[in-house]
Amino acid sequence: MNNDLWYALPLVISVSLVYAATRHEQMGPILSHAFRIGAWIVGFMAVIFAVLFLVSLRV
Amino acid sequence: MPETSPPPAQSPPIRLKDPAIAGFLAWLVPGLGHLYQGRNAKAGLFFVCILGTFLYGLSLGSKEEIGWGRVVYFSFRQGVKQTNGQRLYENDLRLHYLFQVGAGLLAMPALIQAAWDPTGEHPLLGRFMAPPKLEMNDQGQLVAKELYKQAPRLFDLGTTYTMIAGLLNILAIYDACCGPVPLELPKRKEDDDEKEKKKDTAAAEDGQ
Repeated sequence: MNNDLWYALPLVISVSLVYAATRHEQMGPILSHAFRIGAWIVGFMAVIFAVLFLVSLRV
Repeated sequence: MPETSPPPAQSPPIRLKDPAIAGFLAWLVPGLGHLYQGRNAKAGLFFVCILGTFLYGLSLGSKEEIGWGRVVYFSFRQGVKQTNGQRLYENDLRLHYLFQVGAGLLAMPALIQAAWDPTGEHPLLGRFMAPPKLEMNDQGQLVAKELYKQAPRLFDLGTTYTMIAGLLNILAIYDACCGPVPLELPKRKEDDDEKEKKKDTAAAEDGQ
């Protein structure tokens, strides 16, 4: 697996925390919302990764 | 004029003080607008996340040969330039800066560097956020060869990080001006009234 993918991790954490902080005022809801968004982003990236990987196998 | 924002469910009302000042401070330094409003936890969160993303981006695009912080620079040089009777086409349009400037004061050295004489180094800033010197390419155009030939492998990733930091700060500015975005749109009163009317007519029909 390409190690460059790890560079996405700080960005996912930062984006999900800031996005969640613009939706809530208290720290508890911010963190739980950030966790959900972070999981959603990672899941979305995993799906795209899987699709691209399958396409690369067929080419 | 002090304003208050309708908070999300089960949280105390938020005092936004002067939203214009808060928004300006939030642009200047990530989190400063929230600190001004007394929303200290969010101020810390925005400061750490946005500043961290921006500085990490700067470090990713840095290298000894080109200097530190070169992923952020202001350059809108495009067009024909007359030099000693020669017509030279300049090509260095750095649109990325439009996003990076969202991070406020962090991106300001780039403007100082752009106003500085491009042939020399700034006495205080050195090459930090300096626009690249333009050199002639094979097609006879003046382009930023000096920077891009020696740029580290992750130069573009560093640029992306700094751009995203600028965009994230725009979200923080909105939050400082208007408070948290509600998760659900508030119900319209007319809709509730219509529902009540329908219920009443249905009950009346049942009674008959």
